[in-house]
Amino acid sequence: MSRGTPARRRTLFGLTVAAALAPSIARAQGAARVVVVGGGFGGATCARALKKLQPALGVTLVEAGKAYTACPFSNEVIAGLRDLKQQEFGYGAIARDGVAIAPMAATAVDPAAKTVTLGDGAKLSYDRLVIAPGIDLDWKALPGYDEKAAEKMPHAWKAGAQTLLLRRQLEAMEDGGVVAISTPAAPYRCPPAPYERASQIAWYLRTKKPRSKVLLLDSKDSFPQQRLFQAAWARLYPEMIEWVPLSQGGNVTSVDPATRTFNTDFDKHTADVANVIPPQKAAAIAHSAGVADRTGWCPVEPIAFESILQPGVHVLGDAALMGAMPKAAFSANAQAKVCAAAIVDLLAGHKPAEPRLISACYTLAAPDWGFSIVGVYRPEEGQLLEVPGAGGTSPVDGDSALRAQEAHYAEACFQTLTGEIFG
Amino acid sequence: MSLWPMAVAAGLLALSVSADAAEPPPGAASCSGCHGILPTGAAVPVLRGRPAAEIAGIMRAFKSGARPATVMGRIAKGFSDPEIDAIATWTSGHGP
Ligand SMILES: Cc1cc2nc3c(=O)[nH]c(=O)nc-3n(C[C@H](O)[C@H](O)[C@H](O)COP(=O)(O)OP(=O)(O)OC[C@H]3O[C@@H](n4cnc5c(N)ncnc54)[C@H](O)[C@@H]3O)c2cc1C
Repeated sequence: MSRGTPARRRTLFGLTVAAALAPSIARAQGAARVVVVGGGFGGATCARALKKLQPALGVTLVEAGKAYTACPFSNEVIAGLRDLKQQEFGYGAIARDGVAIAPMAATAVDPAAKTVTLGDGAKLSYDRLVIAPGIDLDWKALPGYDEKAAEKMPHAWKAGAQTLLLRRQLEAMEDGGVVAISTPAAPYRCPPAPYERASQIAWYLRTKKPRSKVLLLDSKDSFPQQRLFQAAWARLYPEMIEWVPLSQGGNVTSVDPATRTFNTDFDKHTADVANVIPPQKAAAIAHSAGVADRTGWCPVEPIAFESILQPGVHVLGDAALMGAMPKAAFSANAQAKVCAAAIVDLLAGHKPAEPRLISACYTLAAPDWGFSIVGVYRPEEGQLLEVPGAGGTSPVDGDSALRAQEAHYAEACFQTLTGEIFG
Repeated sequence: MSLWPMAVAAGLLALSVSADAAEPPPGAASCSGCHGILPTGAAVPVLRGRPAAEIAGIMRAFKSGARPATVMGRIAKGFSDPEIDAIATWTSGHGP
């Protein structure tokens, strides 16, 4: 018997659903195969959740790296507060749950034939594909900034060698130096993270090199949790962080790695340590699979996160356009669990329930100074929008006990989240 | 690759039913991002095994502001009372 012929498929509220013939359901449920590309917060969560919800599914996780290096808390690695080892996680536990791990890059996707090609040339067939490859840095978007320039002016926006490079540069800097950070326009991975990084670097400088300065060259005139950050900076690092917004010439138009110079609309800034956070886009495999649009990101419907462009392919995490939900590890994890349940439903010929998602992101402005931004999201007008009346940030007038409590929760949540995924 | 051995497939129909039953109600899947199944130094409580009525009561108190919170007040406001009950029942029984 051949499986799911095109004639048996129909589109239901934007989701492709295998038509409900009893034998085909049994077959689809029993032996259906789901391939997940990318084993980060999104993909690894999804692969494990699929297997847990439906042990009979064949689930393959395709991941290019041997281990995963997590970005949340990597700003603390830069500040010397944490070891990079604490950011690294393996795939052993996921494999023991029965997920097949393909330890190599996916190089191509054929949505019509429903196959994924791997780095060694092998092809995997799927009934449903999940793409969660995260971001690529856009090496063409900022003149002067390419992969080679990143060895002089690190981005440290993918945790690993770049994180350590930025840390070493800070450690080698003389007291009295200037650390400049440039930010991209939205959307980019983790909206508050550039400001958290400025805070963490200031924490290091205040303790080790107190005559130094952080210059934050911003392509925007406002940023998330701005009042919380600015209050924290005034209290913890007075005069140390200078924020230059777009309207005051903060937008960086090109860089020169040889001299560590940032060129802005009106000015030039030469730094002793230069951290360029460049513009970003969905990682390459999303483009070659045909799920990314001209924005560089992947449009999806808001219930199962199935691609608007390629039926049968789901996209989640940083690579996807998720309406109002921020590109964050917590979001990717929440999306992945919703997506896994929806895929199990779709394979059984059921309509997935309308989801509700929570995102909770913590920021550490200092080791004992945490605050958070929360949102609750639901499908509305074809995308995930915030539920009115819920969500928001920590109170701006919170006392130091509250900040210490949130810092404590930040650490506990990171442990729980990475434990759920990799532990 | 061999496709769809029917004998195996037929035997798995029952599994799919139980799997569906374990699917969390809207919102509940997100909880395990912070609430683990093992105590992590008491910072964030474990929900599994706690009576559903107790979880629902605390969620309502977070929602009304009667109980002080860091993030839970902002989260609970995104759910109706029946939604809170469904989440409480699921988290109490299945996890996280
Ligand atoms: C400095 C910094 C701080 C942050 N802090 C926080 C925080 O405090 N809280 C928070 O919630 N979020 C935080 N984030 C954001 C968080 O790291 C991302 O949102 C999250 O990693 C997104 O998960 P993802 O699964 O979409 O992508 P990723 O985590 O990037 O995972 C993608 C995976 O796919 C793999 N991959 C890509 N292409 C292929 C391919 N072709 N074949 C095989 N494998 C492939 C990659 O190797 C990678 O392992 C921070 C980010 C940064 C940069």
